[in-house]
Amino acid sequence: MIDHIQALHLAAGVFLLTAVGALWRRQLPAKVRLLVVQGVALAAMIGIIGAQRADLELLAVALGLGVLRAGVMPALIRRALVPLPQEQRETRPVVDVATSLLAAALLTLLAYAVTRPLVALDPTPITAVLPVAVAVVLIGFFTLTTRRRALSQMVGFLLLDNGITATAFLAAGGIPLVVEVGVSFDVLLIVLVLQMLTRRLRATVGTTDLNELRELRD
Amino acid sequence: MPTTLLLFAPIGLPLLAAVSQATGGGRRWSTAVGVATSVLLLTAAAALATEVTRSGPVEAAGGLLSADALSGWMLLVVGAVALLVFASGDRHGVRRNSRWYPIQLHLFIAAMATAVLAGNLGVLWVAVEATTIVTAFLVGHHRTRTALEAAWKYVVLCSVAIALALLGTILLYYAARHAGLSGISALDWSQLAAHAGELDPAVTRIAVGLAVLGFGAKAGLVPLHAWLPDAHSQAPAPISALMSGVLLSVALYAVLRVKLVADAALGPAYLRTLLLILALATLAVAAVLLLTQRDYKRLLAYSSMEHMGLMALGVAVGTKVAIAAVLLHIAGHGLAKTVAFLSSGHLLHQEGTSQIAQVRGLLSRAPVLGGVFGVATLALLGLPPSALFASELGLARALAADGLGWVLVVAFGLVLVAFAAIGTRTAGMLLGGPAAPVVPVDAEAPALVGAGVTAAPAGGAGSTVPAPRPRASESPSPARPARVDLPRTAAIPLVIGLIVVAVLGVTTWPLTDLLTAAATVAGGGS
Repeated sequence: MIDHIQALHLAAGVFLLTAVGALWRRQLPAKVRLLVVQGVALAAMIGIIGAQRADLELLAVALGLGVLRAGVMPALIRRALVPLPQEQRETRPVVDVATSLLAAALLTLLAYAVTRPLVALDPTPITAVLPVAVAVVLIGFFTLTTRRRALSQMVGFLLLDNGITATAFLAAGGIPLVVEVGVSFDVLLIVLVLQMLTRRLRATVGTTDLNELRELRD
Repeated sequence: MPTTLLLFAPIGLPLLAAVSQATGGGRRWSTAVGVATSVLLLTAAAALATEVTRSGPVEAAGGLLSADALSGWMLLVVGAVALLVFASGDRHGVRRNSRWYPIQLHLFIAAMATAVLAGNLGVLWVAVEATTIVTAFLVGHHRTRTALEAAWKYVVLCSVAIALALLGTILLYYAARHAGLSGISALDWSQLAAHAGELDPAVTRIAVGLAVLGFGAKAGLVPLHAWLPDAHSQAPAPISALMSGVLLSVALYAVLRVKLVADAALGPAYLRTLLLILALATLAVAAVLLLTQRDYKRLLAYSSMEHMGLMALGVAVGTKVAIAAVLLHIAGHGLAKTVAFLSSGHLLHQEGTSQIAQVRGLLSRAPVLGGVFGVATLALLGLPPSALFASELGLARALAADGLGWVLVVAFGLVLVAFAAIGTRTAGMLLGGPAAPVVPVDAEAPALVGAGVTAAPAGGAGSTVPAPRPRASESPSPARPARVDLPRTAAIPLVIGLIVVAVLGVTTWPLTDLLTAAATVAGGGS
């Protein structure tokens, strides 16, 4: 029987590994599957904190966020997936996969360094997991800047957002509900906007490869 | 409670207008609805500003919304620019029968009003993020390759930037909880300011740094500024005007609010250093890229970056004089840039090109349009009696008074470079000799008009602006119509806008009390 803290660490481990996995895999459907797993891990982390504090509101929030991040968002991204073999694979990334994985390792180390003041403010077993959440934020940022498929960038954006949500719950037990609802709604709309833009890109430009869009520059 | 109503009206009115545009009846009167809404918005803003100047801050919805003199000033600018945009009735470059365009336009204004009336960092964040969502399709309105590229870049960069600001907000909440605050009020401006001394300095430093970077990107500050010239040049002119005229300033307002909390918690040195670096880097990037600019809409966009850099300098200094200069600059730049972008929309429609080199001798061919565009540019360059002359003078005084002489020299050196770049190009457009030979790109424009698709042919950035679509009443020779000028109905609001900019440069009456009160809110008594 594992206790709450061990379960939390397990979920956090899955949370980080899925982010690294999304960076590693080049097949877009595989990335979306990893996003589903990450959404479940995020909901589990929030649920474990809620269970430990016997906080019903937090458990409800965990359930809601789980549905959103593991269900609705990946489904939206999947709808932007083009059923053509050449469109389902990552194009030549700006940084190749081996270097990306090395970068992910370095970013994780960086996350441990920058979160030291955050953990120091309230050193508990829960805030000890904060570096993992920040590492996912950094990996999401890295994915966004180095991947050139519209869909990969959406995945990167969601990694970034999952990391930020995890930070909120690990550090402060979540932000006020009014703001949390506003934030979740905004993120959902951003993903919808990106999904519609991807479809228009596909209709107008004929591909979702952002390397094809290089006309606006000085 | 009338004050509660005054806080809800500026948000509710544009929302109602958006609803009216969604139903069939309102759409036939979209210009009238827009003008009426913005007149009411401006009236509510004026009433609210009077109220807060006379009897101090007001709040509603349990502190989620609140207004002080600073919010009042910003709301007046939002209302004035919105009125200018609707009154000029500019529909050039907007697809006719576009159902979503007027809805998104009103939602955009509602989101900006919410941002400046937010009493709470969380609400402010949600409102600023909402502006990105509602403007995404406005930027990509033309659905061309370049418009989609601009829209994609805009959404991705701005939502990443704003995600950084969210991380900052969350960490500030974390620090606030450990300072004994809890629940939604932990993010209220008043609560944060009251408990600033108890916030953990290390966590607060990370939090406000992230928030300033994030909101700063939305204000066009480096390093996440790359969306700005693309979005401003690809969006229809009224949208460029609203984005450049007020959205950038609303984002800077968010930076200012964060700075007030940060200064109380950490002392002024930390964010002053960060903002000085961001501001000077922004000015440098803008000045260098202005020198190589060949597209007049991008020229205006980089000019906005230059002005945001200047305003960020004022925020960095943060004294009462500096903040008063920034607020005056926000108003003057908002109005003058709106007139410039609106006239650039007419220019694009009339000339069929956004290339600077292909617009020549405009002042003799179309004196009204050329005159409005020229005067707006002169106002933006900060020549007296423009409000920007007064505000830049105030900024220079504030910098000198604060012992930042070297910043003053570097910043105004860069402003001079920008001045020369914008001045020579605009002079060429207005007074220059015969046009350069028309490149084939323009010759394709009529064909595209017929096709109803404004997909631009591949080529340089300047050639990618959608071809103008002549109205049915006009002669179908869009390559270079013989003698057209700005119609009087469109010119009058623009001229009034320019007159207001000039009057603001001479006297701030009747806004002096409000400006002083707003500068005191943000700059203290110093």
